[in-house]
Amino acid sequence: MGAIYKRELLAYFKSPIGYVFSAIFFAISGICFVSTTVSQGSTNTSAYFAMVLMFFVILIPLLTMKLLSEEKKLGTEQLLLTSPVSLVGVICAKFFAAFTIFAGTLGVSSLLNMLALYDIASQQEYVIAKMNLPTFIGCIIGVLLIGASFIAIGLFISSLTENQIISAVVSIGAFALIMASSAFAANINNTVIRVIVKWFSVMDRFIGFQRGIFDITALVYYISLTTVFLFLTVRVYEKRRWE
Amino acid sequence: MIEISNLVKKYGKNYAVNDISFSVEKGEIVGFLGPNGAGKSTTMNILTGYLSATSGSVRIAGYDILENPMEAKKHIGFLPEHPPLYLDMTVKEYLDFVFDLKKCNLNKKKHISEIVDVINIGDVYKRPIGHLSKGYRQRVGIAQALISSPDLLIFDEPTVGLDPKQIIEIRELINSLGKSHTVILSTHILPEVNAVCDRVVIINKGKIVANAKTSELEAVTGVRKMKVKVCGPRTEVLSAIRSINGVTGAEILPERDGDSTALLVESDTGADIRKPIFNTIANRGWQMIGLEAFSASLEDVFIAIIDKNKKEEN
Repeated sequence: MGAIYKRELLAYFKSPIGYVFSAIFFAISGICFVSTTVSQGSTNTSAYFAMVLMFFVILIPLLTMKLLSEEKKLGTEQLLLTSPVSLVGVICAKFFAAFTIFAGTLGVSSLLNMLALYDIASQQEYVIAKMNLPTFIGCIIGVLLIGASFIAIGLFISSLTENQIISAVVSIGAFALIMASSAFAANINNTVIRVIVKWFSVMDRFIGFQRGIFDITALVYYISLTTVFLFLTVRVYEKRRWE
Repeated sequence: MIEISNLVKKYGKNYAVNDISFSVEKGEIVGFLGPNGAGKSTTMNILTGYLSATSGSVRIAGYDILENPMEAKKHIGFLPEHPPLYLDMTVKEYLDFVFDLKKCNLNKKKHISEIVDVINIGDVYKRPIGHLSKGYRQRVGIAQALISSPDLLIFDEPTVGLDPKQIIEIRELINSLGKSHTVILSTHILPEVNAVCDRVVIINKGKIVANAKTSELEAVTGVRKMKVKVCGPRTEVLSAIRSINGVTGAEILPERDGDSTALLVESDTGADIRKPIFNTIANRGWQMIGLEAFSASLEDVFIAIIDKNKKEEN
């Protein structure tokens, strides 16, 4: 599992994709951060994170589109699946590699954001208190969890095709639907469908983190969502092996 | 080393592999032969644990591939039909990766450099795999299969797409690997089997139609052929030879050597007809200037076996 994780990390920086992801992420988060906090003289980052999350629709597919589709196309999955590594190990290694790139990029941009927050707050008394850190840290945890769920969903979609473009387009569509679901869920009359759509509305559960509240049910929700899609990805491979 | 029993693989209603059983002993080089689409790759993919069989079992070095895949897979080095290469990695990075992936316990640097020497890929060691020619990619694929120093090597059509010189090199390589490994290789190129294998398993439409030592393959078809060169009137020579006891067929070959006639004579494998042929020709006052065993080519054997199978089916 360690070998696959290492190779996958390396692959992000062998191709431009790792750099492209980080560059776009920094650009978007920079613009969003400046427009929601610095220019307003505010240290409340909840609007910033809500904005950045919208861009996950296109950012996360960059990381996940070729994770498994490329293995299938090159035939390298034959090497992975005939090696003494469990299927769960292969899928998890892929997931954690993408998550590492994502979390690393988020980490770097968050450090910069913290410096900016300190700068804004230092113009007043009680600097640390004015930095609004509970919201900031709560949001980072929330964003990490949502990122993990999206990566798992993207990974699952990438296991269904050997074409990374199809994988990317389907992922973008799926993420856009998920983002929009909280908005249109309220308008659905049928209770059953509304409950199902609500279940997928990842954004609804982010509100607690935005207020700096650590909501254990949201944590459980995001981890479950991630696990379910990792499990489904494993099932895709198992099914293919048996059919 | 390998025990396959009653292996079945169904895709929908079609049988890709239909109830095959055979075993491979330690140290053997076995050729797995069959026309395209006969079920060779499917069988190999099942052997290596990439696919699961619909029913039946595979044991590798005593471990069931389904019940104990981790242990079984440690014994296998697999070269699939398309070598599983990451084109963005250099040969060095790739072999390092495979070494870690296979959880190999040997001295990494020393072991990999030994393999690089054996496979002769030292001059492309630092180059990206995407830049390599087909022949080199195939070699890197073989190197990959050897990395875990497995006792069983499974090669799926190892020489496809290579030029004649490369084919000979790869065959020599497989021959030398066969001294210390059990090898099973699939092919639809018949001379390859003659050149490399101790034993042949022929598969057609998912079923085994022959399983014999390479040297005994002739016996499977029940025909022995020889080429006879005689100086004498063509038609009379032909009818004289056809009348000999044990001869099942004779025909004139379009081959000329002075004033002689070359004939291809078929006989039962049981009968030795060389003396009767000599006597018949000498008695007529003709001269025999050549007699050589014309060992049936694998092509003949292959076609004969598949035809025989078809007739039995009908």
